[in-house]
Amino acid sequence: MRLLEYQAKELFKEFGIRVPESIASKDIEQGRIDAKKLGYPFVIKAQVPVGGRGKAGGIQKCNSDDEFEIKYPQILGMSIKGEKTRAILLEKMAEIEKELYLSLFLNRSKRCYTIIASSEGGVEIESVKNQTIKEVGLGDVGDETAKEVANEIGLQGSQEEEFVTMLKQLSKLTVEKEAELAEINPLAILKDGSIMALDGKVMTDDNSNFRHEELSKYQEKSELEERAEKSGFSLVELDGNIAVIGNGAGLVMSTFDMLADNGGKPATFLDVGGGATTESVYEALTLISKMNRVKGILVNLYGGIVKTTTVASAFIKAYDENLIDLPVFARLMGAESDKAKEMLKNTKTKIFDSVEDAINTAVMEVNR
Amino acid sequence: MTDIYELLRGQKDGNGNYQRQPVIVQGITGKYGSTHTKLMMEYGTNIVAGVTPGKGGQKFEDKIPIFEKVSEAVAATNAKISIVFVPAKFFLEAATDALESGIKLLVAIPEHVPVRDTMKIIELAKEKDAVMIGPNTPGVIIPNLTKIGIMPASPYSPGKIAVLSKSGTLLYEISNNLTTAGFGQSITIGIGGDPVNGTRMIDAFDMIKDDPELDGIVVVGEIGGDAEEILAQHIIDISFDKPIVGYIAGRRAPKEKRMGHAGAIVMGTYGSAESKIAMFTKANIPVAKRPGEVAVLLAGKMTT
Repeated sequence: MRLLEYQAKELFKEFGIRVPESIASKDIEQGRIDAKKLGYPFVIKAQVPVGGRGKAGGIQKCNSDDEFEIKYPQILGMSIKGEKTRAILLEKMAEIEKELYLSLFLNRSKRCYTIIASSEGGVEIESVKNQTIKEVGLGDVGDETAKEVANEIGLQGSQEEEFVTMLKQLSKLTVEKEAELAEINPLAILKDGSIMALDGKVMTDDNSNFRHEELSKYQEKSELEERAEKSGFSLVELDGNIAVIGNGAGLVMSTFDMLADNGGKPATFLDVGGGATTESVYEALTLISKMNRVKGILVNLYGGIVKTTTVASAFIKAYDENLIDLPVFARLMGAESDKAKEMLKNTKTKIFDSVEDAINTAVMEVNR
Repeated sequence: MTDIYELLRGQKDGNGNYQRQPVIVQGITGKYGSTHTKLMMEYGTNIVAGVTPGKGGQKFEDKIPIFEKVSEAVAATNAKISIVFVPAKFFLEAATDALESGIKLLVAIPEHVPVRDTMKIIELAKEKDAVMIGPNTPGVIIPNLTKIGIMPASPYSPGKIAVLSKSGTLLYEISNNLTTAGFGQSITIGIGGDPVNGTRMIDAFDMIKDDPELDGIVVVGEIGGDAEEILAQHIIDISFDKPIVGYIAGRRAPKEKRMGHAGAIVMGTYGSAESKIAMFTKANIPVAKRPGEVAVLLAGKMTT
């Protein structure tokens, strides 16, 4: 789960990490109340689960009621890299002397947690050359390691002490919440010499959600995503017009790639899981039927154990019950595919022997 | 380095045949576990025992003894391989039981195992000189000898091409294409779609690279992490010169979105398809644009 900035900062506060005074809201009525409480000037920050919002105009200074009335709705209505603003954070401005970088993340290839710190912060970490990197096993950071990191990025005295405390707090958060990433960027040295987390990014391991009931309030899922999850599917929604359904993440990704390569615009990535049954395919079609932008459905199933006739009957049921009236372009690999073709002869579902043929026809017919 | 071939097929007997090694199934009575145990037995896998707490003393399909704990199953059968079907929540416990009982090859089928649990098991496996394949893997198959996993049997035929894949269904699809094109497989290993894998791409490669009967390798990668990049660098470093062909799924996937697999996510440039394809190209590994192109590229590599 990728937490929004204000959610990450709630966790930061819980673990003792110092953050600027701020209040989050989801509508302007609440925003006006928050603005009074906080007092001008402050910054209005779009809460989106994607980076690069500063450049896109998602963070703006606000000095007065008049500015507030214009900027709040503008930022709340914004879409950044295809992600709608989920909430607004009003935050007091800090007097910054210097910006640093600090994160703890799951190093996949080394199979351990790793600290990255730098005396250059506020920019994307990929572009920072001066990085201090330390591997720390399952994520526990002790005094000694924290001190080494502080010294390597040039912190001394009280700043070193504050940094050591903050890094240990971040480590505790990472371990307890099973985060894959906990990032403070920028970590600011303020004019008064103290340090503070100005931005926060936390990603937790979805697979550990069952141990973290306390994080469920941060779950921001669309109705469709929630329904997909209940059925054991993975769904990613996009703004194209051809829904992609398949079984197995790799197979769906490859279908998605080929569709995009051929000029098609994917509307979904929908993985119904390794197996495929009449019920799961029918449920997938039900989800797709709720998306108005979809003009056609591309299906790529590698049956193996499952009979393709089983899948075919799901399409027939969906048409019979007027669930869908969309053309389906399907490649069903598996047993009894001739029989499946025969079953679907008089429907809007076309069966193809190769996924390439299914894609070409889908792109042609949907764009016509 | 664990010798996976020694574990999976032992030494050739007097007639020049490998021996099917005994396998324990953890979670043998569950819906998923029982279905796939039957399919593995049909394939010829030497299933010798099952483990389901609370069902010790019973028999699976009237012949396979079920035990309470892996230690009892190992004592009775001397098996060194276990395949685990338990739900993700109970994986840590089941895998710990297996490794503490002397299992040397653990095939971890469950999806949705928390990363922290996987990491704990990897640590334990290192301590015990054992290997885990997975989690979230379809398993491992040596065609016509042993199938320890959930893959359908039909795509595979015996031969001399090894296939390593993060994805399950793409592994079936590409193996099927290889079989159709006349390239049988010596072994196929599912790495798994999780962020942290018991057997990484590079580990799997090292397990199979010195097999004298190996003619070529197919690597099926996907976005997320840098396993493909590290493997490519390793291939350059050791000047490995048998033909290798790659495929990378997720070239057109949006950034910062998990594409079905917990591990299939691009963060910034970390995990991007461009980075993987660039490294494969540097290692002189052609990368197919479509799964259907893999066998064609491999045929091209084999003739040059």
